[in-house]
Amino acid sequence: MLVNEAWLKEFVDYSIPTDELTAKLTMAGLEVDSVAAAAAEFTGVVVGQVLSVEPHPNADKLRLCKVSIGDADALDIVCGASNVRVDLCIPVATVGAVLPGDFKIKPSKLRGEPSNGMLCSEQELGLADSADGLMELPNDAPIGTDIRQYLQLDDTIIEVDLTPNRADCLSIEGVAREIACFAGKAMTVNEANKVKETIDDKVNVVVEAIEDCPRYLGRVVKGLNRSAPTPIWMQEKLRRCGQRSLGPLVDVTNYVLLELGQPLHAFDLNKIEGDIVVRRANEGETLALLNEQTIELDDDVLLIADQTKSLAFAGVMGGEDSAVSDDTSDIFLECAFFKPITIAGKSRKFGLHTDASHRFERGVDPELCYRALDRAIELLTAIAGGDVGPLTDETSDATLPKNQAVKLRFERIQRVLGVELNEETVESYFLSLGMQVEKPGSEWLVTAPSYRFDISIEADLIEEIARLYGYDNLPQNSLNISGSLMSVEEKTQPLDRIKDLLVDLGYQEAITYSFTDEEALNLLTPNVDVYRLQNPISSDLSVMRTTLWAGLLKAMDANIKRNEESVRFFETGLKFTVEQGELKQQQVLSLLATGKAQPEQWGELTRALDFYDIKHDVESILALNGLASEYQFKSGQHDALHPGQTAELINKSGEHVGYIGLLHPALESHFDVKKPVYLVELVQSEIQIKAIPVFEAMSKFPPVRRDLALIMDEKVHVNEIVDYIYKQNNLVHEVITFDIYQGKSIETGRKSVALGLILQDKSKTLVEKEVEQLINELLENLNNVFNAQLRE
Amino acid sequence: MENSLQSIVEQAEKELVAADSLSIVEDIRVSYLGKKGVFTRQMKTLGKLPPEERPKVGATINEAKQKFLVLLEQRKTHLENELLAQRLREETIDVTLPGRGQAVGGVHPVTRTMRRIEQIFNRIGFDVAMGPEVEDDFHNFEALNIPAHHPARAMHDTFYFDEHTLLRTHTSPVQIRVMENQQPPLKVIAPGRVYRCDSDITHTPMFHQVEGFVVDKNINFADLKGVISEFLKAFFEKDVKVRFRPSYFPFTEPSAEVDIECVMCEGEGCRVCSQTGWLEVLGCGMIHPEVFRHINIDSDEFTGFAFGMGVERLTMLRYKINDLRLFFENDLKFLRQFN
Repeated sequence: MLVNEAWLKEFVDYSIPTDELTAKLTMAGLEVDSVAAAAAEFTGVVVGQVLSVEPHPNADKLRLCKVSIGDADALDIVCGASNVRVDLCIPVATVGAVLPGDFKIKPSKLRGEPSNGMLCSEQELGLADSADGLMELPNDAPIGTDIRQYLQLDDTIIEVDLTPNRADCLSIEGVAREIACFAGKAMTVNEANKVKETIDDKVNVVVEAIEDCPRYLGRVVKGLNRSAPTPIWMQEKLRRCGQRSLGPLVDVTNYVLLELGQPLHAFDLNKIEGDIVVRRANEGETLALLNEQTIELDDDVLLIADQTKSLAFAGVMGGEDSAVSDDTSDIFLECAFFKPITIAGKSRKFGLHTDASHRFERGVDPELCYRALDRAIELLTAIAGGDVGPLTDETSDATLPKNQAVKLRFERIQRVLGVELNEETVESYFLSLGMQVEKPGSEWLVTAPSYRFDISIEADLIEEIARLYGYDNLPQNSLNISGSLMSVEEKTQPLDRIKDLLVDLGYQEAITYSFTDEEALNLLTPNVDVYRLQNPISSDLSVMRTTLWAGLLKAMDANIKRNEESVRFFETGLKFTVEQGELKQQQVLSLLATGKAQPEQWGELTRALDFYDIKHDVESILALNGLASEYQFKSGQHDALHPGQTAELINKSGEHVGYIGLLHPALESHFDVKKPVYLVELVQSEIQIKAIPVFEAMSKFPPVRRDLALIMDEKVHVNEIVDYIYKQNNLVHEVITFDIYQGKSIETGRKSVALGLILQDKSKTLVEKEVEQLINELLENLNNVFNAQLRE
Repeated sequence: MENSLQSIVEQAEKELVAADSLSIVEDIRVSYLGKKGVFTRQMKTLGKLPPEERPKVGATINEAKQKFLVLLEQRKTHLENELLAQRLREETIDVTLPGRGQAVGGVHPVTRTMRRIEQIFNRIGFDVAMGPEVEDDFHNFEALNIPAHHPARAMHDTFYFDEHTLLRTHTSPVQIRVMENQQPPLKVIAPGRVYRCDSDITHTPMFHQVEGFVVDKNINFADLKGVISEFLKAFFEKDVKVRFRPSYFPFTEPSAEVDIECVMCEGEGCRVCSQTGWLEVLGCGMIHPEVFRHINIDSDEFTGFAFGMGVERLTMLRYKINDLRLFFENDLKFLRQFN
């Protein structure tokens, strides 16, 4: 919200400098966002009046003007503005003036005619971003007066960012009240003149919804002079609060809203048929709004209606059918109190955020209505004349909110704030905030004024004490730590350790959005139901990811387009799948790798990475946890992966742990992939399981190695043979696969697998005879079970 | 005799000088000292001499043999040295060539910051808790004293799935989830992803927060001020000026926003701090009694404080990153700067 110091000073006569004021506002919880001068820097501009306007002999669009600036002879000034006319009062930049942008005014000739000064628009004075013509000043403007003085331009505009609890500060008066409180000054009382009722016209108002609208005031005003201009001082004040002048009727309601915080609404009296009814809308009832939008209402909406039609969305926006126009001269001016709970959420629901709804949903002082209506009538009639009718006052005392006394346990102040305050200080804080204090004992009863909607429990009062004492003055402690040591869980591998391992293996961590485009997911996980956002930020971020691969592929693509040759990414996070209609949020670790196996270098030929490079990285994680032998890789199937290059990782109990594989060639073109891309997904909880080691004595006897080259069908999985060998004899300590060969001298459809067997006994040195016997038995079994024979 | 021995030694010397490898030297040794070697044969002639001459002749032969051995060793050493020198020459490499092997990657700068935050709080005994990202209205809003239609909801541009299900807009629901399951005393931080339906130069629809809270019998605002100030000093490794100012969050009261003296201009005023000299870094406050009521903790017995900070914001300040959007573009050229 924008406030300016000149207006604030009409309410509280403070004398602190601006920077101190803004610091104090911020420290009182009214955060100052910006401070700006009310007008740009300029000098030498005075009020002038056009005495004559003659055509320019050499230019159609220019005029020769004689302009009086009071004392000396009239000035000759050439002017091109279309609204220049005799008697018009305007700002005149005299010779020697400096306008915003360091624009110096010098005597000159325009198309051969002398020009000694310049007539100015609002834009040229830095008062507006654009202007149609000269700035028109009222005819009573004092000729010759410096314009800065006349318009009080040496003023400061302060932008305050208000939190939703401080509705009471959504006005000049409200901010002034806060300043009065911390500056220790009294508020200046600005009572409106008593309204002179000169006609009997009245609109009958029936408030059906007394819960929603405990107070509804209004007056008829007839015979307004709609051609009367809004006074310049009012335009200036509105401008400094960010409002354009839109004619006296709108300006006056805006002015009172800004000054006092009370929204008002003017209806065209002649468009109201019969009584005004304040009621909940009927389901399906429609309302054509001022912004040319027609909305369908429901019974959550409080409606202002007459006998035949809807007139306004109460507290939010007026309707088109009852709106005032430029030739409206008879109005009914509404000034009501709508309950915050009734208005709350409506602007968001209908996308209609207005100054009125902003205030009503946070709370407008119900006692303000009378004063605000009087003020509006005073201003309106002063500008546009008119006859005022008697007050319509529909107040329901039973439903009108009244601030209840809030209990304060005095010792609680110290308990929450950690500071000991004396009673006098605390009481003075409450009194300065306009609160009433009763002290029947150690429990106080504090009642907030009607403009405060945020004081209903003890904590609210303690916050006010903290605010007035000053957050900076409150003490500061080091937290007392209770001294018990916590156990360090060893059977879970910290995720950070796994991340560090991947970092050491050359992976870069990526963080991609949790929502992604549906098309990518349809390709990667076509059989998984997606969880869809109702209000996505864009269509390519509209569903929750069912796999992290979608985001990683996108990130990879962007990097390849930036000329990266190799990409290795990992990401951890939730994936979201719908299983049997239920959402499942599962933490996974995903990898993506493409490009070279190692960075390009001078020594060895760099090769493209392949399945086994990635498999090694996954095995490294398992090895890190000390549980490599408890997992198994089986050939697996995944919609996004090459059917011949997919492994499923399963745990000891046969449960799924993850997938490793090559992106399916059929998906390459969609993801703009030109090189093989390997993908991994691991269930995080499964790969964080860590073994707690149990010591086993080392064998003191030397190991023996026997190498076997076995010929077998090419479809036999090597790990099945290796597992089998391990299980055959407990002397087998390790089996190393050191060569796989197919080709010359091997029958088509078969392959040679070279295995190194490390044999070791825990209790004795193995003798040749035992080894030979073991190998022979093994070869016989391998022949029987796998049809594998020793290579000749 | 003596003459012939001298010529033998001279001959041997000639042969040794001509020998250009250790194997030739060895052959020479064998030809002189082997079973059929020159010196061995000489020794055998001793038997034919009269006994009184034997010692003298024997000594002469031994003398010649010693001379030969010295020459042999000299040649051997010379050749060995030459060989070593040659090997050293041959094995000399360009040590300035780069090493080979896998390049090291790195964690995301957001992770880097979250780790530091966790480390700092772990040291004073905070546990780490996590919560779901698809949340229900109760945990994200209702239990945090943000009922439907509360104006504060306008500050949270929320992504919805249906009327009651949404993407969490902050990490504060983890407070509720922890307190539903555990009794005080509690010291917890909850890092994670959060979502707001907002995207422009200073907002991304997803970002990270770290929530923290402490609940015990005698926790007050002074403790909050202490923990936050100490944290900020620890995080920035600097005696940074900290300012608490009143603010509003529905789930804390009193509430405060915390500013630090601008780390870019040290309080002088610059673009980053909008000329104020201060940077807003986190929000905090004493846990609202209404929050305690929702999870059946007696607010007369227990008090607590809570705080929440934006991880990207702290990361930007720490590493002088000037564009929020870089965080989720995953440009390797950006990410590698944090390795």
